[in-house]
Order: sequence, then C-alpha cells, then structure tokens
Amino acid sequence: MSTEQAPATTGEGSVRDEALAAAVRPRRFGAWYVAEHRLRSMRAYGGTIVIGGIGQPLLYLLGIGLGLAAFLDQPVASGAHGPVSYLWFVAPALMASAAIGVALDEFTYAVLEGFKWRRLFWAMNASPVSPDQIATGLVIAVVGRMGFVVVAYGVLVVLFGATGSVLGALLTPVVAVLGGLAFGLPLLAYSASIKEETGQFAVVQRFIFTPLFLFSGTFYPLATLPIWLQPIGWVSPVWHAAEVGRALSYGSPPGAWPMWAHLLVLVAMAAGGWVVGRRVFVRRLR
Amino acid sequence: MADVWVGSPRVLAVNPVIEARALTKTYGELVAVGGIDLQVAPGESFGLLGPNGAGKSTTMRMIGAVSQRTSGTLSVLGLDPDTHGPEIRSRLGVVPQEDNLDTELTVRDNLIVYGRYFGIPRAACARRADELLDFAELADKAKVKVDALSGGMKRRLTIARALINEPAVLMLDEPTTGLDPQARHVLWDRLFRLKERGTTLVVTTHYMDEAEQLCDRLVVVDHGRIMAEGSPAELIRTYSTREVLELRFGSSRNAQAAVDLADLAERIEVLPDRVLLYAEDGEAVLAQVRSRGLDPTTSLVRRSSLEDVFLRLTGRSLIE
Amino acid sequence: MTAPVQGEAPRHDDALPVRRRRVPRGVGALYAGNARAVLGRALLATRSSTWMVVLSGFFEPVFYLLAMGYGLGTYIGDVEVAPGRTVAYAAYIAPALLAVSAMNGAVYDSTWNVFFKMHFGKLYQAMLATSIGPLDVALGEIGYALLRGAVYGVGFLTVMQVMGLNLSWTALLALPALVLVAFAFASVGMAITSFMSTFQQMDWINLVMLPMFLFSATFYPLSVYPPLLQHVITALPLWHAVELVRGLTTGIPGSSPWGHVAYFAVMIALGITFTTRRLRALFLR
Repeated sequence: MSTEQAPATTGEGSVRDEALAAAVRPRRFGAWYVAEHRLRSMRAYGGTIVIGGIGQPLLYLLGIGLGLAAFLDQPVASGAHGPVSYLWFVAPALMASAAIGVALDEFTYAVLEGFKWRRLFWAMNASPVSPDQIATGLVIAVVGRMGFVVVAYGVLVVLFGATGSVLGALLTPVVAVLGGLAFGLPLLAYSASIKEETGQFAVVQRFIFTPLFLFSGTFYPLATLPIWLQPIGWVSPVWHAAEVGRALSYGSPPGAWPMWAHLLVLVAMAAGGWVVGRRVFVRRLR
Repeated sequence: MADVWVGSPRVLAVNPVIEARALTKTYGELVAVGGIDLQVAPGESFGLLGPNGAGKSTTMRMIGAVSQRTSGTLSVLGLDPDTHGPEIRSRLGVVPQEDNLDTELTVRDNLIVYGRYFGIPRAACARRADELLDFAELADKAKVKVDALSGGMKRRLTIARALINEPAVLMLDEPTTGLDPQARHVLWDRLFRLKERGTTLVVTTHYMDEAEQLCDRLVVVDHGRIMAEGSPAELIRTYSTREVLELRFGSSRNAQAAVDLADLAERIEVLPDRVLLYAEDGEAVLAQVRSRGLDPTTSLVRRSSLEDVFLRLTGRSLIE
Repeated sequence: MTAPVQGEAPRHDDALPVRRRRVPRGVGALYAGNARAVLGRALLATRSSTWMVVLSGFFEPVFYLLAMGYGLGTYIGDVEVAPGRTVAYAAYIAPALLAVSAMNGAVYDSTWNVFFKMHFGKLYQAMLATSIGPLDVALGEIGYALLRGAVYGVGFLTVMQVMGLNLSWTALLALPALVLVAFAFASVGMAITSFMSTFQQMDWINLVMLPMFLFSATFYPLSVYPPLLQHVITALPLWHAVELVRGLTTGIPGSSPWGHVAYFAVMIALGITFTTRRLRALFLR
C-alpha cells in the first residue's frame, strides 16, 4: 500500500463532513420527527380518540347543558347583557376540561413509559435528536390531539347553539388548548421527574384534576362557592380558560376579571411548566 | 505515537474515528471513568472488556455524545461531542444494553420511525428497512408487533434499527447479555458480517468469549481505568501462559493444595472452588501433581482465555 | 388433603389456612376453594400501597357532593322523589354519588386492575402455578373489590350522616345494597375483561361508563327526558343502583327495591357464568 490509502486515510475529513451534513435536518426538524412518532403511536388508540373526542362533548352537552339546564329553576349565569342560557355558560368550561383531560391522558403514564417502562426516550436520545426536541415533539403531538378534541367540541357547540357569538365559536377552542397546556406542561415537568411510579398519577387525577374540574366555576359561577374555596378557581386553568371563552361568547358581567388577566395566568402557567419541563428532560437524558 | 500501540501497527496508518485522552467522568465523589486513553481506527472492531460497573457504559455514553465528559479530550469522527452532539449521533448506530424498541409498533414501523429521527425521507426509510429486515433475518416478521418477538429477535431488530442511518461506527453495549447460546451465535454471525463489510464496531462486554469472537483489539477496563490493551491473542500471550490446569480438591483443601503445588506452575491462583495452575504444558503439570500423590476430585487442561488475563490483571473474576 | 407448600410460593399465602371445600363437578378444575389466598394477597398489597391513593378513592365522591350538592344546589330547590315527597338537592344526589362510586370502584378493580395483573404483572401465572384455580383468582379479586367498596361506602355514609343527608334509618341498608351493586358490576366487569387483549380495548369501558354516569338520574330526575329515552335509561344497571340506594337513604322508595335486587341478582349470575366459561377456555385448553 502506498502512503495515501484511499478512503481510510482521508477518512477523517470525509466522515467529519458527512456528520456535519447529516445533522442539518435533525437539528432543524428533530421535534417534528418526535411528534410524528408519537402521532403514529396514537393511531393504536385512534378509535377511542375519535369516538371519545366526539362522544364525550356530545354526552356532556346533552347531559349537563340540556338535561341539567332543563331542571334548573333560576338562571345561573349572566353576561354583559343580563342572564344567559346555561348551555352558553357551561360549554367553554367543558371544552377546557376536555383539553385538560387530554393532557392528563398524554402527560402522565406515557411520559414515564418513555423514560422507564419502554425507554423510548432513550432510543430517541441516541439519535441526533436532542432532549429538548424530545420534549417539544411530545408537546406538538399532544397539541395535535387536543386540537382535534376541541375542534370536535367546537363543531358540536355550534350545532347545539351553545355559543353567543361567532368570535366565541372561533376562538374558544384556541383558549381551551391554552388551558390544556397551562395544566399539561407543569404536569409534564412533574411526570418527567418521577423515578418510581407509586400511584402519583392517581393522586394527581383525584386530588388535582377532579377538584379543578369541580370547583372552578365549571357548573356555576365561582362566586357561588364559599370564599375559602374560591382560590381553587384562581389557580385553575379550567376557570381561566372558561372565563375567557365566556367573555368571547357573551361578554363579561360587571366585576369580572379582565380577559387579559386570565390569559396572563394561563400563559404564565404554560410557560413556567415548559421551562422547567425542558430542563428536567435535559437533565434526565444527559 | 508508536510506543502507545505496541502490537497494533495497523492503527498507526490511519486517522482514528474515536480518540480519547485522559478522559474522565465523575458523578460527585464517584469516579466512573478515571482517565482513559483510547483510539479506534476506521474498520476496526474494538472492545471494552470488564466487569459490571467498570465504567464501560459510561465511556460508551460519552462517545455516543449523550453524556458530557468531566475532563480530558474526546474526539468522535473528528468532532467534539460537547459542541457537535447531533452531528456525531447522526453518524453513529447505538445498540443499548437494554432493548428500547417501540413495542406498540410493528417490526418494520420501528425501523421506519427511527430512520425519521435522522432526517431520512420516508420512502428511503422504507427501502432501507426492508434491506435491514433481510439482513437481520426478520423479513417474515415485518408486520408483527415487537411484543411478539423472542429476546434474540428483539436484539437483532435493535441492531437493524441502529443500522438504519448506515452509521460510520456501530456501538454495542453488552450485545448478547441475557440471550441463550444459540441466539448469541446467530447474533455474532450477523455482527461478523458487518465487520467483513468494514463497519467499525465498538463493543462492551463482560463475556470473554464474546470479546474473543468479535474484537480485533480490546482494552481491559476495571474501576474506570484501562489495565491492558491489545488483540485477544496478544493479551493472552502477555498476561497468561499457553495452558491452564484447573484442579478441584474440595473447598476445604484447595488452599493447602495450592501451597503444595506452588513450584509446579509459572503462576497459581486459588479461587473459592478451584485452583488454577498456569503453565505452557498443562498435561505435564497434571502428571507431576499426580506423581506427588495429590489426587484432585476433578482436573481440566484448557487453553488460556481472556478470563485468565483479567484474573491476572485484577485478581478478580469477570463474572462474579 | 393439602398440597405440600412449595419453597417459592408467596410467603404471606402460607399464613392463610388452605381449606378445600366441596364444589360442583366441572368447576373443580377451575376452583380450589381458596379464593381467600388471592384476597389475602390483594389486602397485603393494599397495605403497602400509597395511602394517598387509597384515601383518594374516598375523597372523589365527597368532592362531587360538595361541588354539585351544595354549589349547584344553590340554584336548585328541593327535588320531588315520589309524588308529593321532596328532598334537598344534596340529599338527592348523595345516594347517587354513592352508587356511582360503588360502580366505579368495582369496575376499576375488575377491569383495569385485573387486566394489568393478567397481562403485565404476570401475577396470575404465578398463582395458577400453585394449587389455586382461575375461579379462585376471579372470586378473590371480586371479593377484594367488594371489601374495598364497602369500606368506602361506610366512609361516605358517615359523611352523609354528619351532613344530615341520611333521612331514614333505612340508610343502614344502603351498605348491603352497595355491596350487591358492586358485586354485580365486578362480576360483569370481570367477564368483559377476560375478552380484552389490549389497553386500547380497555379504553372503551370508560366510554360506556360516562353516559351511564351522566344520564342515570344521577344529577336530576328522569322526567326531563323524552319517554323513549327514559325507557332506555331504566334498563341500565346504574339507574337501578341509584334508585335502590336513593330509596334507602331517603326512606322514600321511588320504585320497588326488590325489583332492583332481582336485576342485580341476574347480573351476578350472568357475570359469574360468563367469567367461568371464559376462564375455562383461557386456562384449561
């Protein structure tokens, strides 16, 4: 062999260049590849997502929005122009709860599964994709599922005449997704930090999700509750998202929080969860 | 440089794909890797042999650009993992110690989904997946869910997955741990084919037979340090004798027997269950043992292996 | 005759007396008369589980009672449960929530819990390797579900008593009624679970439970519905459970309690029959 041994000797330069070129797409689109994988996995339970996504709003709108409403003997809620239909009142809260339900579904066991039970995140981690892209990709996929759920809800809301304005019909689903993330991203950060599952998720469901669903002015205005229970609403994404949806649909009654304040709380919760969550992912995988 | 790689002149001719100098990794007080130097040449099959907890997996994680080194220098494919993690990972194939396949997807979808992480277009992923399924002898399982595969098949699928990006280096962490003997041989056969094609392999193992089967050159690692390095044959030549005589006298008599026989062998090791006598001619030593009237319950003459090298270097067995 | 205790048998099971009772022929291969070994294991597992989780099962209906009974009750006057007989809204929905939590607990324990143990924990394989038969496992798990449901039931009835929502001494009978309801749901749940093979199929169970929860006269009387829908609802098990329990805690039976009891007896018979058949097909091939 002569001094210049063809590919092997010049190896470094070319392997190095190959590597530099190969990482361009993963660096840019890594999070989308993770989302693509997650959405593909959701297809396994796509049937329940679709049927549940349509069936759940249908049942709640019928059972609560119409059934319970028929049974109420006095108006529960008022908008800017006086009393409004009970259906108008509950629809934005039910929609936000549905988005939060998706977060509860996707950001608990599925996260621990990725780290621990099936270790999928470790497989992704060995690829060019980085830990923060893994976290981002999960969120993209979950927003996709939430999007489907709230749009299905939105269509049914319109069919039921459960909104007071076009603006409400168009924007309430967006606010519901924001509410879902305000609950979901802190939950993602928490789930990603769990090393051993000893029932934490059952506790989250029953001691956090259920009270947030029940005591957040979902079925009647928050002010109905005794003052010592009202703080649950103040920290609840359900309440904030529902109040924004209501303001969009039929206008806020006097004395309500301004819309920007609700939005600020939602954005702050989502952003806080996001910053911490990404950090937990990086720390755990690196 | 020549003095570093005695016995492996081949390496000198080329630029290494992996090069570490004084590489360390500590977790608080714990030193996982305590300053190692190594080089891997393109096309080489390189092994890290050592017991569990020796620092092999930590080293692999640093090379794989998923764990930051504490100190020292490290270059993989001519790049620094600290700054070019995605670049390095996009040209590596990693087979982890514990399978982490997506058990909810089919065998073929596992390959396609993973290929996407490297930015490979879907159609190319699909084409490559079919080739790899043939290579891994899993073509008839393409549409089966991973859950239904045997341990050996899962391992082959994991290797196929690691090859989806046609990596410059394939890294295997304990590739056959937990597999039955037949599955191990099938796996070794596949890895041997990759080696023949010129794929660079980096393998960690605590099985000496695996190291002997797969590695052109290896380092013996213990407590985060490199104890020795060379080809399996060189290591055996340097650190052991040609043959070993294994004698069992019963656990209570082994120690005394070792004292009585000390002069017969170049070196003697007493293990809890047996005595090892290192010699060029094992049968001759056995004859001498018998002529002294010592009657072992069992006796065995065998060739030296990497296990003996490890015992010599560390005073311990590889598998405890 | 008792089988010799194997070295690797779970130790806590040894402590329980192994007694074999005479059982009808044909069931013998499935049932070793030792369901309590399975029950004992489940109780031990509870002892070591997180107390917050155990406690949460009690709090869930209490949260609903506070939020709906009192919060929503502000907007709802008294509810007519029988011609001319009305009760406060909280007293109206409390028994319904009690029935719902009996259903939820029994369904969870007999579906998700059993499914997980069957497919992931591999617990049953270990049990079935001993002298225990599949029907012992089934009855043991159902027994555990009932015991847990009864404990939660006592807790909730106590809360109702404190809040003055038990309007008659017959509220005491609500406890056996709840056990009956839980037994019925658990035996049918177990039968359904034995047909399931993936988590995704398990999700459908929740989709079936939701409409029952919302429509079975839980939050408001059936009279708001059109007659046809009313007929459909009165065929559902949760409606019977709610009616039965409500009749007992209010002391004002809206319909004959024996009709509801008969309904659940049939459910239990069907559930156990199907479970046994199915277990035979699964384990005694």
